Amino acid sequence: MKYVDEFRDGDLAKNIAANIAGEAHAGRAYRLMEFCGGHTHAISRYGLADLLPPNVRMIHGPGCPVCVLPIGRIDQAIRLAREQDVILCTYADTVRVPASANLSLMRAKAGGADVRMIYSTQDALKIARDNPQREVVFLAIGFETTTPPTAVAIRQAAAEGLKNFSILCDHVLTPAAMHAILAVEGGVALDGFVGPAHVSTVIGSKPYEPFADDYHKPVVIAGFEPLDVMQAILMLVRQVNDGRAAVENEFTRAVTREGNLKAQELVAEVFELRDAFEWRGLGSVPHSALKLRPQFAAFDAEQKFKVDYVAVPDNKACECAAILRGQKRPQECKIFGTVCTPENPVGSCMVSSEGACAAHYSYGRFRETA
Amino acid sequence: MNTVKPNYTRALDLKHGRVDMSHGSGGRAMAQLIAELFAAAFDNEYLAQGNDGALLPQAQGRLVMATDSHVVSPLFFAGGDIGCLSVHGTINDVAVMGAKPLYLSASFILEEGFPLADLNRIVESMAQAARAAGVPIVTGDTKVVEQGKGDGVFITTTGVGVVPDGIHLSGDQARPGDKILLSGSIGDHGMAILSQREGLTFSAPIVSDTAALHGLIAAMLDSGVRLRVLRDPTRGGLATTLNEIARQSGVGMMLHESAIKVNQPVEAACELLGLDPLYVANEGKLVAICAPADADRLLAAMRAHPFGRDAAVIGEVLADAHGFVQMTTRLGGRRVVDWLAGEQLPRIC
Ligand code: SF4
Repeated sequence: MKYVDEFRDGDLAKNIAANIAGEAHAGRAYRLMEFCGGHTHAISRYGLADLLPPNVRMIHGPGCPVCVLPIGRIDQAIRLAREQDVILCTYADTVRVPASANLSLMRAKAGGADVRMIYSTQDALKIARDNPQREVVFLAIGFETTTPPTAVAIRQAAAEGLKNFSILCDHVLTPAAMHAILAVEGGVALDGFVGPAHVSTVIGSKPYEPFADDYHKPVVIAGFEPLDVMQAILMLVRQVNDGRAAVENEFTRAVTREGNLKAQELVAEVFELRDAFEWRGLGSVPHSALKLRPQFAAFDAEQKFKVDYVAVPDNKACECAAILRGQKRPQECKIFGTVCTPENPVGSCMVSSEGACAAHYSYGRFRETA
Repeated sequence: MNTVKPNYTRALDLKHGRVDMSHGSGGRAMAQLIAELFAAAFDNEYLAQGNDGALLPQAQGRLVMATDSHVVSPLFFAGGDIGCLSVHGTINDVAVMGAKPLYLSASFILEEGFPLADLNRIVESMAQAARAAGVPIVTGDTKVVEQGKGDGVFITTTGVGVVPDGIHLSGDQARPGDKILLSGSIGDHGMAILSQREGLTFSAPIVSDTAALHGLIAAMLDSGVRLRVLRDPTRGGLATTLNEIARQSGVGMMLHESAIKVNQPVEAACELLGLDPLYVANEGKLVAICAPADADRLLAAMRAHPFGRDAAVIGEVLADAHGFVQMTTRLGGRRVVDWLAGEQLPRIC
């Protein structure tokens, strides 16, 4: 297939792998973080770890949108659906994220709450138009990629004067999370980042420049295809070898330095920065998430229904926090694969195949049996 | 002149009529629906007996029975509809046991308000599928549920067949070293449904592969090869089917991604929605496992049949206490092809 086959070519992959093996200095370790869940998924699904020399190690970062949602945020949505009888719409895997009291949106749905899985914000708008007598709330989650469609929906709802539509805004920002990882006291043992793909098509490569300039960590933006990831790893190894730290762009077919200015304007028109937002694993991170601007307050479910956010601690045994910060591997969590499985996730990293635990469980756990 | 009128004088309005509660009441309206729609379409000597059950002739061999409920949205899709699907699905379930399918039953749950024209289309499609397969629908049932309590039509079909002596196919027969064969491309049915439901359009439309496979299976059995396992990878896709077999047989498997055919539009649609074709449903494909020495002969027999044209050896059975189904990827890496956790859901970002 055009635009896909050429990025999944086995021979090319072997070439790049040989270059990585040849150029990585045997005496040192290369600890590279792929920020994005999409990369985590590609690495696992194509078994890329097998193509890398043992001293080049990939560390999964916090870039899976359902993994970073704290329990309290899901609780909020469940409360809305159960206590205020709203139709709660959300994307895909979000319905499986564990919440308090052994609930998830899916379990709340089985218990009678009106929870609907949608594919786009347009579906949520349609549900609101079709059910004028009901309140429809869209649980809006995700990084910079999913934010513009939410902004479009809000503008449309405002233009139509849709009175029964609002959003629970949990949109978060990539660069803020990367800062949070690097600002950890005592520093983190990371040699570079594979930068996000889809996110970067929106925000461009410029927002990553401080990581290279101030923290001296190289960033290579890469697409989600396996060869993109391999090529980005090679570029990172080269930067590390040269002692350089720059933002490089492997994904030039989609990403520019400035990004999609139109989408950025749209988002800026509808949203503003939250002072702080709690992330699962990273704690409260300043200026790391968005909320609706005051002129769109009528569409803000938090204000409309007065559902306050209540922070809830993670399960004690769960190591999601350390995993999302890149400090531990899934198999180092005591309950990995026993108590916590994709069927019964205890932590959020076990929910989506972009989460580090689920990716390792679903694709890579044969490695431990060898 | 006969002046005694039949119980119902006006024919069913198959153009504008709708299912109503009386069609499930057991009264005259139901008798009319059965006579004018179901019995007329399925028409065969057993159904014509008109009793609560069908009296069938004695059959030689061990009996196989399989049942399957069909819940599809949309009801009509590129390459088929819920009607032919419900016939093919059950015939295949019987046939992969190594049996010759003989009879089907069909049970309908109709939603009040469902257009009779659509029902007629579905029933005609079932009748045609059953005739083409040579497997008559010999008995059935109809119920009507109130509006909002169904999804148009649900169809449950049950099939009966006989297995000739000497044939024993079962999911627990796979042995280390055996070859795994697949009859063609994967993901066509599931993506035909999904792309239609989501309103996705591609330059080449995705067409369901729904088909009755008993002909292909007969050809495979006739080749003289000793088959160990046959199964049709429907819901849950190829990955789920192989995991089921691995668990039943207590073995592992190693697949080769490059040998598994995925049609280009299916691959594109999967890409767009963030789905893995290995987990997408098929309705006209089968997986076969045989001893390594038999693989070439079996492959040739499959390829000689129209439904097995694209057959390929896609992997081997391994001894593995963990029962992992693994795959060497196109990139040369390795991964587990795991059970699906819940439903396969599209990617968010
Ligand atoms: S295995 Fe489960 S509980 Fe442990 S870190 Fe992963 S998601 Fe959290």
